[in-house]
Amino acid sequence: MAETLPDSLPDPLLSVRNIETYYGPIMAIRGVSLDVPKGRIVTVLGANGAGKTTILKTISGVMDPQKGSVTFEGAEIQGRDPDWVARRGIAHVPEGREVFPFLTVRENLLMGAFARSDRAAVAEDLDMVYGYFPILKERAEQQAGYLSGGQQQMLVIARALMARPRLMLLDEPSLGLSPLLVKEIFGIVRRLNEEQGVTMLLVEQNANMALQTANYGYVLELGRIVMDDECGRLLESDDIKEFYLGVKKDAVRGKKRWRRKKTWR
Amino acid sequence: MELIQVLVAGIAQGCVYGLIALGFVLIYKATEQVNFAQGDIMMLGMFAAFTLIAIAGFPWWLGALIGIAITGLFGFCLDAAVLRRIIGQPQFAVIILTIAVGFIFRSVAGGVWGADPVSFDTPYGGMVITIDENETGRTVLDVAELAIILGTVVLVGALYAFFRFTRIGVAMQASSQNQLAAYYMGIPVKYVISLIWGISAAVSCIAGILLAPKIATFDPDVGFLAITAFAAAVIGGFGSLPGAVLGGLIIGITEQLAQAYLPGEYARSIAPVSGFIIMLVVLLIRPDGLFAQIQRKKV
Repeated sequence: MAETLPDSLPDPLLSVRNIETYYGPIMAIRGVSLDVPKGRIVTVLGANGAGKTTILKTISGVMDPQKGSVTFEGAEIQGRDPDWVARRGIAHVPEGREVFPFLTVRENLLMGAFARSDRAAVAEDLDMVYGYFPILKERAEQQAGYLSGGQQQMLVIARALMARPRLMLLDEPSLGLSPLLVKEIFGIVRRLNEEQGVTMLLVEQNANMALQTANYGYVLELGRIVMDDECGRLLESDDIKEFYLGVKKDAVRGKKRWRRKKTWR
Repeated sequence: MELIQVLVAGIAQGCVYGLIALGFVLIYKATEQVNFAQGDIMMLGMFAAFTLIAIAGFPWWLGALIGIAITGLFGFCLDAAVLRRIIGQPQFAVIILTIAVGFIFRSVAGGVWGADPVSFDTPYGGMVITIDENETGRTVLDVAELAIILGTVVLVGALYAFFRFTRIGVAMQASSQNQLAAYYMGIPVKYVISLIWGISAAVSCIAGILLAPKIATFDPDVGFLAITAFAAAVIGGFGSLPGAVLGGLIIGITEQLAQAYLPGEYARSIAPVSGFIIMLVVLLIRPDGLFAQIQRKKV
């Protein structure tokens, strides 16, 4: 799974530097920096309200950072319109299955390829996507609004794939899905990364699933990165085990659970 | 027979309402803005055609085409320059703004073209088709009314094909259904919305040009027609394109029937408001309109 990465990569595909993003007067992101190397899956873990979604929205241009920079393939992209960023090669898969409810599944997928003009390759990619998600082929002519939640989640991932993105931003793909379906979706995410070479930035609350899937992880709390490491090492970390994976080790450490403090506080 | 004449006149009138209502609904679906200047945009389109045909001497078809193109471009620019800036503001701000814009158009038109009724020649203007001539009476159909019906059928068919089968048309639907997701697809949503304004303006200009030979003359107040068309859009469910046309037809036919068959003074006083009476009845029975989409749009 996660091989060892060199500590500093020369040229990450995406690098975020010291961004600060506000909702009105409220500072949601307090100076976050992170790197996504090409061909990797990087995950950002965090509880509700930690700012995970805001980071993704800042990268894809829905929100503009007050300070800091977002660099994609060597060019600064912060402050641009989201459609511009999308055409540039970043596909944002938002949380909550944002399909086009009255369009058919097929039309939804073709909208994913809106910015592309290579029709033959788009048709090939449609077949490729149907290969990963056979259920979508079965439902191709149905309105997307009538799909189940899991199928809609597959549809939005597939739709983003249709853009042939060089970077995919995945926002909580496990939200509201059954454990079996979560497993299936993460399996496909990993295959997409291995077989199609899609670089991914994955935001998750389901820390176990995310750490098993990704290569490198950042832990976000209240708008700050408090920890980052290889996923393999994060899985072994006591803090992660205690606060994100729910493994209790009170007896071993001989401390009262409520005494236990996070090492970064 | 009189009934056929009345029905044809009603359907033709209804088609005009339907086309204007279509303009309302197109914009509403895409932006949730209600454009109360719709009728005044139609009026400007009619005066553009009048200027090209009656003053500059263009042939009718050419003047009409250029007029439609100019009006479409005007709608596009109106959104790009004015309405785009007010997105995200409360509904009433948009409503007041579009009402004000409508007033401005009307007074500018009054200044440029005067308040007196004008007209331009339409090749088929004033022509009639007489069928069924016998002792009991005859049926006389106004060609202008038949042209409205034919034009509406063709236009609605063309719009349907455009929204269903072209890439930009489907992208317009996508932008209406889920704006943020459309942004994530790389669809230039702002441009698409301006384009929808352009189409909406062009459609109301076509409605006006088709209407012109039927009403013979028009003045800058012709846009008040759109208030009835607004009722048509409400009847149809404000958000449904077929509903808008159907709502227009219901009102058009009712108006003509009321005018023809209500006794004495009632015919004149009730006919113009019969559309609003129907709107009230529909809202009592189906508050969402006849064709409300079942699934609510995500905002």
